[in-house]
Amino acid sequence: MSIVETSHLSIGYLKGKSRTLVQSDLNLELNNGEMVCLIGPNGSGKTTLLRTLAGLQKPLRGDVKIKNKLISELSQQEKALEIALVLTDKVQIENATVRDIVTLGQLPYTHWLGGLTDEGREKVDEAISMVHLKQKANYYLNELSDGERQRVMIAKALAQDTPLIFLDEPTAHLDLPNRVEIMLLLHRLAHKTQKSIILSTHELDLALQAADRIWLMSETDGVICGVPEDLVIDGSFNRIFQSEVYYFNATNGNFSMNYPLTKELSLSGDKTRLYWTLRALARSGFYVTANARTHINITEKGWEVNGEISPTIEDLLLKLATFTEI
Amino acid sequence: MQSRNTILFILLTVLLVILFLADITLGSIRIPFNDTINVFFGNSTNNINSEILLNFRLPKAITAILTGASLSVAGLMMQTLFRNPLADPYILGVSSGASLGVALVMMASSFLPVLFISSGWGLIIAAIIGAALVLLLVVGVSFKVQNSVSLLIVGLMFGTMASSLVSIMQFFSNPDAVKLFVMWNMGSLSAVTWNYMYVLFPVILTGLLISFLLTKRLDGLLLGENYARGLGIPIIQTRILIVIATGILAGSVTAFTGPIAFVGVAVPHIARGLYRSAKHQFLMPACILLGASLILICDIISQIPAHALPVNIISALFGAPVIIWIILKRK
Repeated sequence: MSIVETSHLSIGYLKGKSRTLVQSDLNLELNNGEMVCLIGPNGSGKTTLLRTLAGLQKPLRGDVKIKNKLISELSQQEKALEIALVLTDKVQIENATVRDIVTLGQLPYTHWLGGLTDEGREKVDEAISMVHLKQKANYYLNELSDGERQRVMIAKALAQDTPLIFLDEPTAHLDLPNRVEIMLLLHRLAHKTQKSIILSTHELDLALQAADRIWLMSETDGVICGVPEDLVIDGSFNRIFQSEVYYFNATNGNFSMNYPLTKELSLSGDKTRLYWTLRALARSGFYVTANARTHINITEKGWEVNGEISPTIEDLLLKLATFTEI
Repeated sequence: MQSRNTILFILLTVLLVILFLADITLGSIRIPFNDTINVFFGNSTNNINSEILLNFRLPKAITAILTGASLSVAGLMMQTLFRNPLADPYILGVSSGASLGVALVMMASSFLPVLFISSGWGLIIAAIIGAALVLLLVVGVSFKVQNSVSLLIVGLMFGTMASSLVSIMQFFSNPDAVKLFVMWNMGSLSAVTWNYMYVLFPVILTGLLISFLLTKRLDGLLLGENYARGLGIPIIQTRILIVIATGILAGSVTAFTGPIAFVGVAVPHIARGLYRSAKHQFLMPACILLGASLILICDIISQIPAHALPVNIISALFGAPVIIWIILKRK
């Protein structure tokens, strides 16, 4: 069942009298308990789409429906009961503890002074332990690392107890362990609590692994939706992330650089070593074909060229550099 | 945590009461404490003493409390609204806006009914409107200027412009009106007689009430505009209410006491430091208690010399270093 639907949605922004159209005629659907990753080059409108879906900005045309109700007809308070946000805005509050911030997530449910109900307090505790910050609940915000702060904002969104969570680049500025951790956390949340999650990200490989569905945005082709693997196989990724200097490698889900390859070699040997040797050779401008004049044989001892064995790739590359005719 | 805050509130309340009594007891004319008590219980035979205490020192002490509380709460709300630790009614030109309003009433409007001016309502309404208008201008600029120090400079410019307009008006007004205005502009807590108190007190109470109703929204605003909207806070309505409340608090006080600098910026920081919290639910009453105590202290100090000093000189003396400290701490 879909919880968010858009029909003929055009997004963009108004600046003075000029209108900048970013994407037009989008017909998107988000299902219950599904995690969607929003991927696309810079300028393809990821943030604009998220803001429009969240009702933070108006669509240029078309409409957004949440639970079959037009978002433009919901009050700010009603929206807060459906959608929780994690944004890229920097949060810097003096003297605020982790618990203080997470408690703000309960704001839509509290009376005018902001006092918590017992149920609300439970929700806050639960949110804090879900992001593994129980030990640091009484720490001040400025005592936390970037990754922990991001988890605090996610906990705030969880404490808001909404069926929808939208996150704008939640993994930006984080190191790899934190990025993986946050993606896993969100994936688990979507499946365990049946919340629907949309997040924008630049982490292609992580998104491919964690997302139930990808919304692939491009400046020219609109938004392509699908299960990640389908989009890889049908070449959508390759098309959208095409460039002269890199290409999307469908075999491993990574971007690979396009080196100018002018010299040829042939290669044989064990699989893992073969892979890494290929990478090193590509960086030095070699491509591998079956019938090249020079052949490298990879063995347990090292890399054998013309009867000489190099113990390391570094040594091999030095040796290859002395060959004038390859 | 909770009990610590309770103890702090009790201590601050006791401090405020002591300072209030001290402010009434101390002054250039010595009145023994026994006599003071007698006057308040109606047993005094000394007419001069009871005149001084009841019609001079008591309204002055109450004005000090109202002034400190209003300016501090106004400062707290402005700091949250602009997400700027240095915001305060004086620095951002709000007090100057109030002065401009008062100047307009006193000098440019000889056609207004006398009663309107002498009852205090004319002054207070003009000051509130002036304060709120400058605040609106600063809010408008704050959308364009993100840097907090730049915003302060813009505020200073608004203040300077308001002051220039006042000077121009002085130049063209009749001498009587100018004299009236100059007297007002020197500002003092003793300007509020009982007649004026009947105006000032309910107005400030209204301002404080609106502020208390905004505590939850102010908490949300700390996260920034977008997050606040995501939490269901109607941003534009909240901004307008903050401008109204701040205008009422800063404007009405300025209408009678003249501009008092730096209390609004310093007190919220002291409150945050003491309570180690960012919740307005605590900060707002803390600002009221601390701000009131602070102005009482300033008033007590200002009476030490034979001729009482204006209270805003004392408040600037310790308030300005607090601003320097905040700027240094942020680097």
